[in-house]
Amino acid sequence: MLTIDAKGIYYRDLNQKVREAVSKGEKEILLKNVNGQYYIATGLRNEATITIEGVPGNDLAAFMDGPTLIVKDNAQDNIGNTMNSGKVIIHGNAGDVLGYGMRGGKLHIRGNVGYRVGIHMKGYKKQIPVIIAGGKAGDFFGEYMAGGMLILLGLDSSDKRPLVGDYLGTGMHGGTIFIRGGVDKKFCGAEVSVHELTDDDRTLLEGYLTEYCNDFKLNLLDVIKVEFKKIIPTSLRPYGNLYAY
Amino acid sequence: MPTTQVEGIAISPLLWRYFVKPLTEKSEREVANLEDDDFVVRTVMKINSEIDGAYVFSSGKNMGAFKGVGNPGEIARFFKIEEYDGYIWTGHTRFPTNTPGWWGGAHPFTLLDWSIVHNGEISSYGINKRYLEMYGYKLTLLTDTEVVTYLFDLLVRRHGLDIETACTALAAPFWKNIDDMPNDEKEEMTALRMIYGSALMNGPFSILFGHSKGLVGFNDRIKLRPLVAATKGKTVYMASEESAIREICSSPEKVWSPRAGEPVIVELEI
Amino acid sequence: MFKSLSLPEFLAKIDPVKCIKCKRCINNCGWSVYSWGGDKVLIDTFKCVNCLRCYHYCPEEAITILDNPVKYRKNANWGYYNIRNLKKQADTGGIPLTGMGSDMPYPVLFDSLLIDACQVTNPSIDPLREPMELRTYLGKKPAKLEFEKAKGGKSKLKTKMPPQIKLEMPFIFAPMSYGSISLNAQKTLAIAAKELGIVMNTGEGGLHEDIYPYRSNIIVQVASGRFGVNPDYLNAGVAVEIKIGQGAKPGIGGHLPGEKIPLDIAKTRMIPVGTDAISPAPQHDIYSIEDLRQLIYAIKEATNYTKPVSVKIAAVHNVAAIASGIVRAGADIVYIDGFRGGTGAAPSVIRDHLGIPIEHALAAVDERLRQEGIRNEASIIAAGGIRSSADAAKAIALGADAVALGTSALITMGCTVCGKCYTGNCSWGITTQRPELTVRLDPEVYAERLINLIHAWSHELKEILGALGVNAIESLRGSRERLRGVGLDSHTLDILGVKPAGR
Ligand code: SF4
Ligand code: SF4
Repeated sequence: MLTIDAKGIYYRDLNQKVREAVSKGEKEILLKNVNGQYYIATGLRNEATITIEGVPGNDLAAFMDGPTLIVKDNAQDNIGNTMNSGKVIIHGNAGDVLGYGMRGGKLHIRGNVGYRVGIHMKGYKKQIPVIIAGGKAGDFFGEYMAGGMLILLGLDSSDKRPLVGDYLGTGMHGGTIFIRGGVDKKFCGAEVSVHELTDDDRTLLEGYLTEYCNDFKLNLLDVIKVEFKKIIPTSLRPYGNLYAY
Repeated sequence: MPTTQVEGIAISPLLWRYFVKPLTEKSEREVANLEDDDFVVRTVMKINSEIDGAYVFSSGKNMGAFKGVGNPGEIARFFKIEEYDGYIWTGHTRFPTNTPGWWGGAHPFTLLDWSIVHNGEISSYGINKRYLEMYGYKLTLLTDTEVVTYLFDLLVRRHGLDIETACTALAAPFWKNIDDMPNDEKEEMTALRMIYGSALMNGPFSILFGHSKGLVGFNDRIKLRPLVAATKGKTVYMASEESAIREICSSPEKVWSPRAGEPVIVELEI
Repeated sequence: MFKSLSLPEFLAKIDPVKCIKCKRCINNCGWSVYSWGGDKVLIDTFKCVNCLRCYHYCPEEAITILDNPVKYRKNANWGYYNIRNLKKQADTGGIPLTGMGSDMPYPVLFDSLLIDACQVTNPSIDPLREPMELRTYLGKKPAKLEFEKAKGGKSKLKTKMPPQIKLEMPFIFAPMSYGSISLNAQKTLAIAAKELGIVMNTGEGGLHEDIYPYRSNIIVQVASGRFGVNPDYLNAGVAVEIKIGQGAKPGIGGHLPGEKIPLDIAKTRMIPVGTDAISPAPQHDIYSIEDLRQLIYAIKEATNYTKPVSVKIAAVHNVAAIASGIVRAGADIVYIDGFRGGTGAAPSVIRDHLGIPIEHALAAVDERLRQEGIRNEASIIAAGGIRSSADAAKAIALGADAVALGTSALITMGCTVCGKCYTGNCSWGITTQRPELTVRLDPEVYAERLINLIHAWSHELKEILGALGVNAIESLRGSRERLRGVGLDSHTLDILGVKPAGR
């Protein structure tokens, strides 16, 4: 286990250190006193678990391919940008544009997430990216989503804001969104429809949630006692009629 | 203006600070029918647009702007910032997006006691500028943020809107949401959008609007730029990134991201 | 004896091998080009106007319409139309008439303007996924809003909003009267306007009872002929428009000949059957701007201040000052019709040589109203040659609140801009009152096509807004910063308030 004190370290130096350690085969890294450094674990490959204390900067885990990140506090914007595989666990809240174009791996967030989460997430063959957020989400959740899975839980009942913002799944043409509790159709994009879960959906969902609950020491039964709704696109080609030839 | 030599700031403009007061006898002023504030605004516009190479970048009674080209630490030392006390501070550093950095084009953009720092781009600059010109503002600083300062001056000081209403006009709700509002509110919002359509600020932005009685943070209608707010005790913090807040307040009590177009309005407790 | 010394413009030809002698062309042609010769179709090519109705209805594609290869000798100075019109005048001693907008090759400034787009420093917005707003309100806007404290400390709106026309997109249909176009054409416009949440305009021919159900999507017009105008009419629509002039024929009146006034039109216009419907050149109660004010307020009184009043003028040299006067006279909307605007009938000499283009006029008016600090006092409608959503976007960037579509709307009904509307023989059933022709225009069917067009243009406008990085039409309106001129001289750029490309 390698510990790096990130206090006051410029992001390039910090990330250089992390890359070097991982390439030398270090499997456990603890970054202490992180505050705002961009690109932590960006483009990083191999198996390694990096624990981050403090608030990491934007583009955390962008293009990441393999490692596991555990953020003890809040995190900022653009996490998991075009991420390929691996896992990011965030114990606090996270910001906007999470998992943009994400192609695989998992993003588990305990708290709230911002705007445009899961935007244009892709799925291809066995690559199924998954984002699970425990709190509430802003507008454009799952915007132009093309694959993968977005799960929103809204576990904190003391937060009186709506569970999810407007324009949910707008432009969505692939993948699945599961929302714990209901969602008003008027906040959904024109391209999606809301469904009850099938038994297969439930099995699938419980699989993902079991792992999520383990990460945060939650009781699965508490999470699934509330009904979920499934949101899927009505068409794979929502704009087929838009153009004249 | 008291400054000091700082490594990294090789050249600076001639900086002068004057403490001025419009003549009390209005008839002796160049334009007699203006209130003091309007007279100051007019004079600032006149200097900025008519005197070649001269700019007024701070014109408040209870507000001072310190800005320049350099990194923020250097600029702060250059202006001996540690010698000033203040109850509201805003700071800003930018990558000059559309114009090369120049001293007048640095943030904040101020007028009277209003100050604006801005992250993003006002894509509606073209029409905001023409709208303001109709009211005698002259846009001389070659950058989009300038419109924000003048829009607040126009809407709040001259049109008498309260700050929340002004923010709502500048980052207005969508028609779709307005159509769903109860009648009174719908009527109000419709009127606001109709009348202040040319003032609508479009494009990605998060903005801090500082004035002598408080601080306002808000962002664009679809939240294309980030904004984070936090509190600890009686102090409020706002920034584009949470880490910036943590840099000066390592453990805030409450941290949140305001929703699109939803202003965070903080007023001084006096 | 010769038929005429003016050459036929077009040569209609039927391929005798392909023709199956079904005679559809004979029935379809409104100009009687074709007739039955016992064993084949005979062609009187002098009558052909190239409206292409026959072509579209010939099941065998046996018909071709060519530009007449027999030409006057090429001459850069004496063009075809110079010689032909001269000969026609020699034939008849009359004033050559024409229809639709000018076809003279004056430069179209819209084609020399390019729109900006975002790259990196300001992001574009995806118009399909993110909200994009085109809603537009036409009417007077107070300069500022005032609130008052109501009970319980809540603030309440104090400013009283003047009446507005609400448009879901910044398009309206240009005024075209029943008489100049058929009732079916008007119905088509009305159905589409209602479905789209925009408005059509009755033109000066009164309001037919069949159009009444579309009242909330209608502007009623008052012109010098005052056809069909009574208090009910004034209150029938969402706004009233005073027509001073028309882009295609500024400064002159109109004349619908008595032969074209059958019972139904007579009833709508409230005049006896068979009398000429004459629209004098001036409104005889308006000889000055004070008189205009008097009429505007007479209409406001008659409608109890519940309807915005629009004033439609042709774009002429002094249009900026005129528009300023109109706004000061109390108009809520100024409708500016550029010289390329269409008409049912106008003397060629007027249509092709009087007035100025909409681009110059619009730019001058918007700038003038801003300089005078009264731009909020009235909305501007730009018309006269809007051919595409790009033209519309450019007009809006120059300062228009909305654009009006006349010719474009008729093209969706089949019109091919043949320019022969004044003959009353339109084969497409648009600018004709001949019942056998007007029945061809099924309003329900053609409204669908018109709706398609406006939807397509709206999508295109949204794409443009998205590329500009804004999500509401008001951020484009008057934003000349987002336009650049290509190949324009500095005076023109100055008038347009637009920078040259590259700057
Ligand atoms: S419509 Fe065509 S096929 Fe029929 S008669 Fe005319 S030219 Fe012949
Ligand atoms: S309306 Fe008819 S007559 Fe007029 S130009 Fe169009 S097709 Fe020709």
